[in-house]
Amino acid sequence: MALLQIAEPGESTAPHQHRLAVGIDLGTTNSLVATVRNSVPVVLNDEKGRALLPSVVRYMADGTTVVGHAAQAAQSQDPRNTVTSVKRFMGRGLADVAHVESMPYVFEDAPGMVRLRTAQGAKSPVEVSADILRALRVRAEASLGGPLTGAVITVPAYFDDAQRQATKDAAKLAGLDVLRLLNEPTAAAIAYGLDNASEGIYAVYDLGGGTFDISILKLSRGVFEVLATNGDAALGGDDFDHRLYCWLIEASRVSPPGLEDMRLLHMEARRAKEVLSAQDSVHIGLKLSSGDEIDLTLTRDQFAEMTQKLVDKTLVPTRKALRDAGLAPEDVKGVVMVGGATRMPHVQHAVGEFFGQEPLTNLDPDKVVAIGAAIQANVLAGNRAAGDDWLLLDVIPLSLGLETMGGLVEKVIPRNATIPTARAQEFTTFKDGQTAMAIHVVQGERERVSDCRSLARFELRGIPPMVAGAARIRVSFQVDADGLLSVSAREMGTGIEARIEVKPSYGLGDDEVARMLKDGFEHATEDMGARALAEQRVEAERLGEATRAALAADGDLLDSTERADIDAVLAELASAASGQDVAAIKKALDALGRATDEFAARRMNRSIQRALAGRSVESL
Amino acid sequence: MSEPAGVLPDADLFSRDHFALFGLPRRFVIDERALESRYHELQSAAHPDRHAHRPEQERRLSMQWATRINEGYRLLRAPLTRARYLLELSGVDVGAENNTAMPADFLMQQMEWREALDEARDARDPAALDGLARSLRAARREAETLLAHELDEAHDTAAAAATVRRMMFIARLGEDIAEAHETLEN
Repeated sequence: MALLQIAEPGESTAPHQHRLAVGIDLGTTNSLVATVRNSVPVVLNDEKGRALLPSVVRYMADGTTVVGHAAQAAQSQDPRNTVTSVKRFMGRGLADVAHVESMPYVFEDAPGMVRLRTAQGAKSPVEVSADILRALRVRAEASLGGPLTGAVITVPAYFDDAQRQATKDAAKLAGLDVLRLLNEPTAAAIAYGLDNASEGIYAVYDLGGGTFDISILKLSRGVFEVLATNGDAALGGDDFDHRLYCWLIEASRVSPPGLEDMRLLHMEARRAKEVLSAQDSVHIGLKLSSGDEIDLTLTRDQFAEMTQKLVDKTLVPTRKALRDAGLAPEDVKGVVMVGGATRMPHVQHAVGEFFGQEPLTNLDPDKVVAIGAAIQANVLAGNRAAGDDWLLLDVIPLSLGLETMGGLVEKVIPRNATIPTARAQEFTTFKDGQTAMAIHVVQGERERVSDCRSLARFELRGIPPMVAGAARIRVSFQVDADGLLSVSAREMGTGIEARIEVKPSYGLGDDEVARMLKDGFEHATEDMGARALAEQRVEAERLGEATRAALAADGDLLDSTERADIDAVLAELASAASGQDVAAIKKALDALGRATDEFAARRMNRSIQRALAGRSVESL
Repeated sequence: MSEPAGVLPDADLFSRDHFALFGLPRRFVIDERALESRYHELQSAAHPDRHAHRPEQERRLSMQWATRINEGYRLLRAPLTRARYLLELSGVDVGAENNTAMPADFLMQQMEWREALDEARDARDPAALDGLARSLRAARREAETLLAHELDEAHDTAAAAATVRRMMFIARLGEDIAEAHETLEN
């Protein structure tokens, strides 16, 4: 990366301050936070110099919440209140969660998403994830010496809408401004591709603690274009541990373990798995609280054999992704390995065999996602430097559709559509005089609604009574750059409209997020009022600066009256921001938004025209 | 830059047709590399990642523009959707749903393909599926050559519409083959 920072058209020409932005890899097993410091991406360590924060949260009866290593150390003594691998529960109902029987938690099957009963009451996976994210935010702010402008949070590419929304809510709850949800394999591709100036077709094979993703990307002259993605949102290193855990119980013939022993055995299984990535065999010697003793030796080959099915399971989505991209394994120039679980030799071997080449393992599989996220966060926050002009074109992993007659799915947006994207479909009434229509939004590849994930249900009401088939109801889907869906429906004759952000199915409404936010602040030492004022001031400064930069670059798009209006609102904003009244700043911000709407549209048109014109001049 | 300072940008830019937006002649045979590099250039200006740190309304505009550019690229990139779009621009409805009349020889061919697919599926034979996919690819290329003539030279929209309908059938069969592959793998 270059040392010189040059302003783009529309950017301030004054050397603007470096905005503090981070990339966060919110992993099933471990989480990390990274940033770009002096043009170099770095993972931020904790005060003891450790990069990885175990994604473990312990809720103690006295109200204390412990996150990370200390919580991990306590897991076998307090298994019920110590939550591990919470990512597996994000946006998931109890029925979706595998191996419930060997988990020490007390689940509550809340609508859409499970909750875990702890010493501090029922916790939603969103709240648990927020506690992990908060710990990383605190670490980053301490290390960078100020509040963060924003964060890029990574998600498995194969996460569906409910899981993405849950992740974004967790970030909000943790007091983070989400610049973007970024797919993990895409983040890894940025870190890898920029590092190696790669061109051509690359596969990113990402086997994490609880999720598997495969993405096929085309890298060309600064463009990272995802051609196809596939995966399994419930397959990861945890499953290898679980297989080994089952083997331990079978082979040692111990009696069914209690909660503490269950955790102890799981931890031992994980340790054995990790040892076997470096050694040919591992000795497992354990004394359980039941008095049973385990004394076993496991070889790498035995372990490979008992988990071969899991490895094979990753190759099914891999084939699908290649087929969706219209490619064969030999078209792939390099295979980037991501995720701690790719350290297992038999995984590397299987992937190498499938693609007919040695996979690339020169980047730390634990850190590459956070590094990629940090690089992207730096650019998204506006710290763009010369050479940072790459473009990321990502896709939606699963098809989105609507329920039609007979419980069948009508696909509206197919999987692997490049985002942002929008599509609309027209429907009609099937009964005379029908005045309402139920709209059920689903995600998945199967034909039947019952085999897909239900994302939202809403109703379009007030359709004027007509004969069956006469009404024209247009249902529009919009997927944004985070891969999040919003849906609206409109009767075309009357213009009656219903709009929804797809959220309610998993049970956390905006109100609930707001309540949790409030609760969180009450428990925390931070003062909510002070934080709100600080945030609004930062926002006022940010928007004021952005508007002044826009005026400097494109002021000629305005006539003198329009210009005077905007100047007046800017002055109002500056005066509000110097006061203490949060509401007044908010009001001035809204006014600035309204005053600059048309200006923004003209500026965007100009930049598109420039993109076109630049090319025409070149090709003449 | 090229437009004179002080002149307002084209307010109708957003509603231009896709060929105009990508600066390409309105033809079936296009320079695919030019299309791709135009696409990258337009997204470089419009994509939400370029506006993430900017005010909310600019981010909204950016999403609308990027959506619009993705849609244009999708339609222009694939020969089938490009041909349909060209016909649509000349006011011809391909009428896929209510116009299923096909020449007898193509109907015969369709039946043969369908039978071959059923057999391969029943025999759980991925190689047979691949063979079928190959002959479909050849048929698709043939149809594309035909379309180039019908749309760009003869300007025979009725004939082109018929060819497009054949290609739609081929595309659907292609999807069924992919699905059969998936069923075999699962």
